[in-house]
Amino acid sequence: MSAPLRLRPPRHRVSRRAIIWWSTQAAAEVAAVLAPLVIGVFVWDDARPWLVPGTVAVAIIGLGYLLVMPRWRFRVHRWETTDAAVYTSAGWMSQQWRVAPMSRIQTVDTERGPLQQLFGLATVTVTTASAAGALRLAGLDRAVAEDLVEQLTAMTQATPGDAT
Amino acid sequence: MTAVIAPGEPGWQRLNPWMLAVTPLRQLAGLLPVIAVVVVIGIGQDVGGRIYSVLAGVLVVLFTGMLRWFTTRYRITSERVELRTGVVFRSTRSVARDRIRSVDVTAGPIHRLFRLSVVKIGTGERAEGREARELTLDAISAAEADRVRQRLLDPLDAGGPDRSDAPAATELAALSWSWLRFAPLTVSSLVALVAVAGAIGQLINDVGANAVDVGGVREKLTMAPLWVGIAAFAVLVLMIALGGSVLIFIEAWWGFTLVRELGGTLRIRRGLFTTRSVSLEERRLRGVEVVEPPLLRFGRGARTIAVATGLGGRRGHGRGTLLPPAPRSEAHRVSGAVLAEDPSPTASVLRRHPLVALRRRLVRATVPVLVASAALWLAPVPTWVAWAVLGLLPVAVLLALDAYCNLGHALTSHYLVTRHGAGVRGTVALQRTGVIGWTVSQSLLQRRAGLVTVTATTAAGNGGYSVIDIETSEGLAVAEQAVPGLLEPFVQHDVSGVTHPLGSTA
Repeated sequence: MSAPLRLRPPRHRVSRRAIIWWSTQAAAEVAAVLAPLVIGVFVWDDARPWLVPGTVAVAIIGLGYLLVMPRWRFRVHRWETTDAAVYTSAGWMSQQWRVAPMSRIQTVDTERGPLQQLFGLATVTVTTASAAGALRLAGLDRAVAEDLVEQLTAMTQATPGDAT
Repeated sequence: MTAVIAPGEPGWQRLNPWMLAVTPLRQLAGLLPVIAVVVVIGIGQDVGGRIYSVLAGVLVVLFTGMLRWFTTRYRITSERVELRTGVVFRSTRSVARDRIRSVDVTAGPIHRLFRLSVVKIGTGERAEGREARELTLDAISAAEADRVRQRLLDPLDAGGPDRSDAPAATELAALSWSWLRFAPLTVSSLVALVAVAGAIGQLINDVGANAVDVGGVREKLTMAPLWVGIAAFAVLVLMIALGGSVLIFIEAWWGFTLVRELGGTLRIRRGLFTTRSVSLEERRLRGVEVVEPPLLRFGRGARTIAVATGLGGRRGHGRGTLLPPAPRSEAHRVSGAVLAEDPSPTASVLRRHPLVALRRRLVRATVPVLVASAALWLAPVPTWVAWAVLGLLPVAVLLALDAYCNLGHALTSHYLVTRHGAGVRGTVALQRTGVIGWTVSQSLLQRRAGLVTVTATTAAGNGGYSVIDIETSEGLAVAEQAVPGLLEPFVQHDVSGVTHPLGSTA
């Protein structure tokens, strides 16, 4: 082999508002873990010697997660379509790159949770015949997502093949 | 009874008339315990009333069984198979012929008494609109079942004339009784063990109180040293587990043959009391997996499983099994025969993965043991517990070594071969044309080690088969070569020498 190979990042980033979306989600997750601990500190006197440092530790880790994860994700989450394939990258600490050829795409779904609606975002899921092959493009701008779905639907209809 | 299917004719047919007897018989067999209880408890009271109520129940069962036969009809046209049942709740199930993926024929002991077979017609996992996922004809005559099976699986038969000549078939594998030695090395021996343990527990519960009263035995029991009792018990359990697993093996695999039929179908037939016939279209086959569970590996045994679409669910609930536990060489030979490749791709020489992968496995195996043992050392438990946990360290190291040795991959002219597993070793040969996408994943630790996991996604089997912990550049090269053009547009030659996929973001 000549020079080592590597995957190049897909061409397009997701919407910048996805950072806010992921931050909100992370805040909710951290709050869900932290709330019982804080209540415990106030209610359960005997446990304070070990519960207070524990809560502080969880709070620090949670804050780190809240600050790092959304930005890291934004750098990683990318997508691209060519005439022949859809290519995505996702994750943060652990990352995945997925490729699905147009001829194998079975369905293209859009999903917009309440938070995503609030921030004008959408998640596009591209499924193939494989039980393990779905591509999720999370945190796309709503308009971009609509265009993408339209484009993918048109392309997959034009591409022959039984998708298995 | 002798209803011959006339192709294209819109004729609805009944199930076999013997079902008038079989359905009530099977239901009565199920009801037998209830009847016994009713009769026994009834003794001393109004015996006549009890017997009448039992008779009434039996009549109801007989009646509903007969009603089912009278109201059930099926039809096979050139486009679809249809089944109508019910009077009050009428239901029509319909399966399009071109969606049929499997036709299985089963016959339990009672069915066999009347020369009947149950035909199960499956369409795989997906069902759309009013289409049914599967359709069961319970039951038609065995001869009829065979005709239906052949007709539904023959791609040339779409309303054309019946082929009178029996299709020529090639036998790919047949049972060898020497394989019986693998029976105790399978899960069925564990199943037998559990069954025996349960039975013994029950026995002790039931008989225990009485047995203790038998003075002589009790004295002898208490005089004999404890270890004699334990040893005798262990030997007994072992014998029963051995015997049970052998019996289960014989029942399941009696008369096993794997045959390739002319229409491009693989057919597995097996079973002593309940005969089973599973048919698999070859065009649904995407590859083969050779599985070696821990015990079987000690005996140099393995099983072969089909990787096919439309088997329904993960590994198709055993429907994809192509071979009983057999010698490893036989498992590979059958894999090759099924894929029409010689030598079998599953037996190819595999490329080892980098040594960093071994380090990862050692860390993953030993760190939890060390942490647990340290935690126990500090915890208020006797120190021997911590020592005992620490004693697991060699086992963990061995498992890690095994997991590393099992890692491997190869690319043959038509197949992507990958192997992994700690304890259970699985070697998959996946058709390169059956790959419908790639997933490359990398954890933080993998990134530091310069490794990736490359997963080929496919419509068959598990949905994805992974080459785990392969050096990044090599992994991408394998994916690129396996399916030319798919991953290629997204792969770059890295001049800077950075070996992780997204050098810029790390």
